[in-house]
Amino acid sequence: MIAPLATEEESGFHAPSIADFFPAPVLFEGTFLEFNRLQLVRLIAAAVLIVLFVIAAKRAKLVPGRGQNVVEMLLDFVRVNVAEEIIGKAKAHKYVALLTTLFLAILAFNLTGIVPGLNIAGSSLIGIPVMLALWVYVMYLGAGIKAHGVGHFLKMSLFPPGVPAFMYVLLTPIEFLTVFILRPATLALRLMANMVAGHLMLVLCFSATQFFVFEATGGMKAFGALTFVSGFALTLFEVFVAALQAYIFVVLTAVYISLSVEDEH
Amino acid sequence: MSAAATAASLVSAAEEGTIEGTRLLLPALYDIFWSTIVLAIIAFAFYKYVLPKFQAVLDKRTELIQGGIAKAESAQAEAAAALAEYHQQLQDARTEAARIREDARTEAGQIVAESRTKAQEEAARIVETAHRQIEAERQQASVSLRADVGSLATQLASKIVGESLEDTARQSRVVDRFLDELEASTTANAGKGN
Repeated sequence: MIAPLATEEESGFHAPSIADFFPAPVLFEGTFLEFNRLQLVRLIAAAVLIVLFVIAAKRAKLVPGRGQNVVEMLLDFVRVNVAEEIIGKAKAHKYVALLTTLFLAILAFNLTGIVPGLNIAGSSLIGIPVMLALWVYVMYLGAGIKAHGVGHFLKMSLFPPGVPAFMYVLLTPIEFLTVFILRPATLALRLMANMVAGHLMLVLCFSATQFFVFEATGGMKAFGALTFVSGFALTLFEVFVAALQAYIFVVLTAVYISLSVEDEH
Repeated sequence: MSAAATAASLVSAAEEGTIEGTRLLLPALYDIFWSTIVLAIIAFAFYKYVLPKFQAVLDKRTELIQGGIAKAESAQAEAAAALAEYHQQLQDARTEAARIREDARTEAGQIVAESRTKAQEEAARIVETAHRQIEAERQQASVSLRADVGSLATQLASKIVGESLEDTARQSRVVDRFLDELEASTTANAGKGN
């Protein structure tokens, strides 16, 4: 966002646009290695996340300190409230690592949207959500196949039991779409769309504030206060959304895994 | 900046927007590449180090807590056992004391009875001895009395009848006969008296 802001300062009002998510490349322009501001934000988020947790893990003791308690609360939250509650205690332990990593990574990428200087969510560009969704896709299909075998898993997924045979004409295509296309697609799109929307709203509020306070004349300046308060509230809201989307993502992942590995009724 | 330029930039922005609308949904190759790299790094760090480390710490803590609970339970059981044993010992001691007291009482009774018997026997023996001694003394007295009486009577009779009774054998016979008569008359008198 820094670059566009610099060029358009003279125009007074920078309307947020989709172009924010495609900043100018910094390195290797035009190749698959193309590196821009958003990639840098993601790397920073990943680095901060890893450093925080590696340090926490290094210092982890039997009797936890304050910091370790916070970290363990997060880990416990995913293990108990997501994995064990949805998948069930007996089967959950295999997927706790996946769910924890997903939750913390998404949370970190989401939160960069409100970090001053970064100001864009790492998950607002479709790449991360798609790769996360693919990871989940592979995991829940793999879990289902491992638990039931390919044929049985397909039969279980595509021909839900307890339905009259002629209904399969209707049900099987729907189930196929759900299991193989809609689940991963909605996972990726939900996350990306939430972050894009959040970014656009924030930028709208703060660039309007900038415009009203510094460039508008007379009574119009008063609107600046309103837009600033809105921006402030939206920032807090984005913190909530960041956590909520991370939570929704792992909850749905747990649900899909649970549906794949559950025993037949 | 002129109005025309602003309009133009807005139009271009709008055009950009329409073009890029689909770009939001279709990941570019570089996006996928960097996303994969970043996710792989995070996943590596968490799978290889962070999560196992925390798991190990949590496991150790659980073990410790369970160990502590088990230890506390065993200590409590031990304490309960010790208490039971103590109660048992106390009970035993009380029973023992009661038994000893009972024994002592019985023994004391026996001792009293025994000594009473002994005392009675002793008393009886003493009485018996006394009786015997008295009897013996009485006989001795009666014998010596008889002798004395005989000699006195003889002396008296000698004085009365002169020297006729000097022969010792005769003298003795006479005295004995006299005494026998005397005794017989005494007994007869006593029988009459009764």
